[in-house]
Amino acid sequence: MSEVHSMKDLTFVRREMLPEKEPPVGERGAIKWVRENLFSGVFNTVMTLISLFVIWYVLQGLLPWFISPSWGQESLAACREHFEELGQTLEQACWGVIRDRMNQLLYGFYPQDSYWRPNVALLVLLAGLAPVLFPSIPRKAVFFSLASPFIIYLLLWGGPIWTPILVAAGFALGFVAAKALNGVNPIVAAIAAVLVPVLFWFLILPPLANVLTSAAPIGLAFIASNEFGGFLLSVVIGVSAIILSLPLGIVLALARTSDLFIVHKLSVGFIEIIRGVPLIVWLFTASLLLNYFLPPGTNFDLTLRVIIMVTLFSAAYIAEVVRGGLAALPKGQYEGADSLGLGYWQSMRLIILPQALKISIPGIVNTFIGLFKDTTLVVFIGLLDPIGLTNSIRASTDWNGIYWELYVFIGVMFFIFCYSMGRYSLHLEKKLQREHR
Amino acid sequence: MKVSDEVAIEISGMNKWFGSFHVLRDINLTVYRGERIVICGPSGSGKSTLIRCINRLEEHQQGTIMVEGTELSSDLKNIDKIRSEVGMCFQHFNLFPHLTILENCTLAPIWVRKTPKKEAEETAMHFLEKVKIPEQANKYPGQLSGGQQQRVAIARSLCMKPRIMLFDEPTSALDPEMIAEVLDTMIELAEEGMTMLCVTHEMGFARKVANRVIFMDAGQIVEQNEPEEFFNNPQSDRTKLFLSQILGH
Repeated sequence: MSEVHSMKDLTFVRREMLPEKEPPVGERGAIKWVRENLFSGVFNTVMTLISLFVIWYVLQGLLPWFISPSWGQESLAACREHFEELGQTLEQACWGVIRDRMNQLLYGFYPQDSYWRPNVALLVLLAGLAPVLFPSIPRKAVFFSLASPFIIYLLLWGGPIWTPILVAAGFALGFVAAKALNGVNPIVAAIAAVLVPVLFWFLILPPLANVLTSAAPIGLAFIASNEFGGFLLSVVIGVSAIILSLPLGIVLALARTSDLFIVHKLSVGFIEIIRGVPLIVWLFTASLLLNYFLPPGTNFDLTLRVIIMVTLFSAAYIAEVVRGGLAALPKGQYEGADSLGLGYWQSMRLIILPQALKISIPGIVNTFIGLFKDTTLVVFIGLLDPIGLTNSIRASTDWNGIYWELYVFIGVMFFIFCYSMGRYSLHLEKKLQREHR
Repeated sequence: MKVSDEVAIEISGMNKWFGSFHVLRDINLTVYRGERIVICGPSGSGKSTLIRCINRLEEHQQGTIMVEGTELSSDLKNIDKIRSEVGMCFQHFNLFPHLTILENCTLAPIWVRKTPKKEAEETAMHFLEKVKIPEQANKYPGQLSGGQQQRVAIARSLCMKPRIMLFDEPTSALDPEMIAEVLDTMIELAEEGMTMLCVTHEMGFARKVANRVIFMDAGQIVEQNEPEEFFNNPQSDRTKLFLSQILGH
């Protein structure tokens, strides 16, 4: 054996490094993709053909129903007559109902001459969200984002201009008080940040608002929440709950991972109780039970109660998602921040949360999408969201018996909202991936 | 390389338990300003835990630790004060992946020391030049090699102008080619008179730089001596066995 080995020369020295080469011609381009992905073998070819057949079969059944020349019809009966004239035998959609009742589906019973208000509010919302969602927009625009909730409130509900301005002033006062006292003691500052605005709102705001309103009665006509309906209602509830539940959920997640015994237990209790009971039960609680606890004569707006309940509900889910993100961070990140002398809030804000939230983006957006679709549950407590409106639309003689067209329309609208959220989340993930690696 | 007689760290009668496991037993150690101490020992001997107690990443249960005249207790103010004066480098660097190299280095000076941003950036660039990677300042940690990341971690600690540096196996996660560049940086730091405590298996580094080598086993300090004596004339059997195993091949 050893003789055989000794006869072979095993030494090798590379004198030149090899240059990079392109792959062979047959291994690139569209043809390669089709061959590899659709027809890579007998089995896959058969599967491709079967799939194409199934797609064709479904579409040939559905498309004739969808593609229906009925946009201009004034009632279901008119639709049927129209189809008969055309000699159509197949079942077809009657899209006239969407055109006829579009305003109702979008705005509910909001006064017709004030439709411009929700429309402008939507623009304000989009303009306010843009700087938050896209960091490439100049940072100064964030001030507009902060002001936008108050502008939107004024546009949608109306009333004197002074109330939202004074509420905003309360927040500003709290911020100033906290800033001023932060040097003295951070705990005192935190208490002041909550106490100053609350005292301001309850003690100073009502009389001051009255004085200002009588001195300068500027404002918009008041529109009560029970006139809100359709997608306006869904978006108001959904967007408010989404915006409010994220910070609340983060605070709950931090509390749940905290070392402080009572804070930890309170957070666990809150999350488990809220999560363990169906949303519909909480909505009934909001609409019926709260009246027993509130002092008689208080008029606590039902829509507001629903927004609070939906917020608390999704905050519990967000908290669990964020907790997952916190747990996924290596311990070294906490230690790195500690070893530099960063305090708890500093290390959370600067080091831990940016990374934990990045990991949690898919879960957070998932919760938001679920929340937005769950706003349709308010139909059970008598609010007229789009689903609720389908009943009142059917109650008219013109559209008695129409089902699918309305549900398809509502479904498509919800899909557009939710799909955009999903795409934004993907965009954000990819962007952060690129930046941080 | 001179050692002063001013005390930097004083540990006396310190004990620590993980649950019921007695991980550090009656540690007594005085570190003088400007000392370069290398701590070695088998894994599980408590050497990492010991230096992690010095900036309170681990809490001790008995005894006292004084760092630059401040006693480590559960008073958060003292802990934050000590942490901002004691720099630490970890085995896995623990850089912040969502921040650039420059932001990693300026974060603590800006938020803890309240240094103006511009000044903090100048200091950071100074130290990045010192560890020889100023050209990477605007990259993210994930784009750097392990050796470069560890040098950034050293620069990040130095930006806080610490009086003491702790190193917890800084080269254990690195390829052999990168160990040298990190050790060079550490040697330079030692030559400038930084007080250093270093847990490492790099015995060459210990011989060259340390003025004292500590050998730990089973949560206790078994032997400490000047490097020359420690390597050539170890006293305890446990030390002899350890040295024969790591220097044997």
